[in-house]
Amino acid sequence: MKKTIITVVGKDTVGIIAKVCTYLAESKINIEDISQTIVSGYFNMMMIVDLNQSTKSFDDISAELEALGKEIGVIIKAQREEIFDMMHRI
Amino acid sequence: MINMFEVAETNQMIEKENLDVRTITMGISLLDCADQSLEVTKEKIYQKITHYAKDLVSTGEEISKEFGIPIVNKRISITPISLVGATCCKTSDDYVEIAKVLDRAAHDVGINFLGGYSALVSKGMTPSDELLIRSIPKALKETELICSSVNIGSTKTGINMDAVRLMGDIIKETAELTKENDSLGCAKLVVLCNAPDDNPFMAGAFHGVTEADAIINVGVSGPGVVKYALEQVRGKNFEVLCETIKKTAFKITRVGQLVAQEASARLHVPFGIIDLSLAPTPAIGDSVADILHEIGVEHAGAPGTTAALALLNDQVKKGGVMASSYVGGLSGAFIPVSEDQGMIDAVVAGALTIEKLEAMTCVCSVGLDMIAIPGDTKATTIAGIIADEAAIGMINQKTTAVRIIPVIGKSVGDTVEFGGLLGYAPVMPVNSFDCSNFVDRGGRIPAPIHSFKN
Repeated sequence: MKKTIITVVGKDTVGIIAKVCTYLAESKINIEDISQTIVSGYFNMMMIVDLNQSTKSFDDISAELEALGKEIGVIIKAQREEIFDMMHRI
Repeated sequence: MINMFEVAETNQMIEKENLDVRTITMGISLLDCADQSLEVTKEKIYQKITHYAKDLVSTGEEISKEFGIPIVNKRISITPISLVGATCCKTSDDYVEIAKVLDRAAHDVGINFLGGYSALVSKGMTPSDELLIRSIPKALKETELICSSVNIGSTKTGINMDAVRLMGDIIKETAELTKENDSLGCAKLVVLCNAPDDNPFMAGAFHGVTEADAIINVGVSGPGVVKYALEQVRGKNFEVLCETIKKTAFKITRVGQLVAQEASARLHVPFGIIDLSLAPTPAIGDSVADILHEIGVEHAGAPGTTAALALLNDQVKKGGVMASSYVGGLSGAFIPVSEDQGMIDAVVAGALTIEKLEAMTCVCSVGLDMIAIPGDTKATTIAGIIADEAAIGMINQKTTAVRIIPVIGKSVGDTVEFGGLLGYAPVMPVNSFDCSNFVDRGGRIPAPIHSFKN
């Protein structure tokens, strides 16, 4: 399976990266790249991850990340990488 | 590797600018369902549709979730029913029976619309075609998800004026039979010239006889994305304007291409075409009229609108054909009135008339679409409007269509609510001078000459 992109957007607070990374580690999801920035108080993060080692399905991961986001107060989305590749690469 | 800004741009298009895949439409051939017995034909149709499309909706939802892109509609288009029912349907009511089976199959697989309750009569009508056409009002009254279309002309054959005249009556009758719902039946009935075989958009979708047994066609949309992109280049010259539309159309179409490939692989049905149409919805910001405004006209309908639309339509195609090797269907900009808040505003402001809309249809895809007219408009006048629109399509070698709704009991100044994606519309005035001597002549208009282009 190709890579998955996880995006985290929302109001900045302590421990966002820690919580997301803990979840990913527990789910055996390998992080290959992270970029993160704060734009006028808003937290923006993008991760490229590999789900191959994970025992969970894409659906479960996506739903659990969404729930985790609600808990922290940010929006977390998981999308397969192809949509971005198709749109931005010829 | 993909960077953060690219990811953010894609997600902004989806979340803020209404980028969506408007429809995954599965085309299914029903030619092998024809039998001498009506009951057997009905059973075969039901079995074939529910067999091929059983996973269509769930697959659409799966893809939507994995890529994070809304897929608004899942639809089915079928072989024009006048061909399938020719052997077994002896009356119009027999055809209505088939319509009900189609509606049941559509409900059972959970799709939004099923198109193909159609007849192709661009040169002449078989008895079967005529029975089907005469059954349309009742079929649309008694079903919920069925869409109907009739192709009454083409560049190669000319215009079948007998069919045009008949469709004037059929539209009036459909309006009458569905008058308790603001004549909603007419919103599911379209009269076409040069109808494409692979169009995924309703109400004109059908599965042409030149197509394979089953096929996946995808319609992408995204007027909001184009509008936002143009907001960033306000005041810039036409070169910059065109370049921006092209690039945006490319990006939108690529998403459609991805969804089509995935759907095709997962459903084990070959990929047909991408229809890259700017299809507006009543949602704020999801409007083709707003793009025209952004290009520089105060309201759709102001002088300059036709040129702006021509440019928009052409650039959308130029960007789209680079993004997918199989572009088809209607591809271009749609200009329905009730489904586009900017168009509605233009009508209310007095900027947009049916005559201007007709001119606009010369340069964009489709035609007079979702226009509410007074309920007392004569059938011959409606036939005249259809003939005008078909003539534009025939001469310019393009698809044109008429989907107008004579709303029974309403007149100019009233508003009609269709609900959902169909939106609402102010009733527009129609030129009331008579054309019955013209449309009552009978026969057909010959195919046009393809030289001496003036």
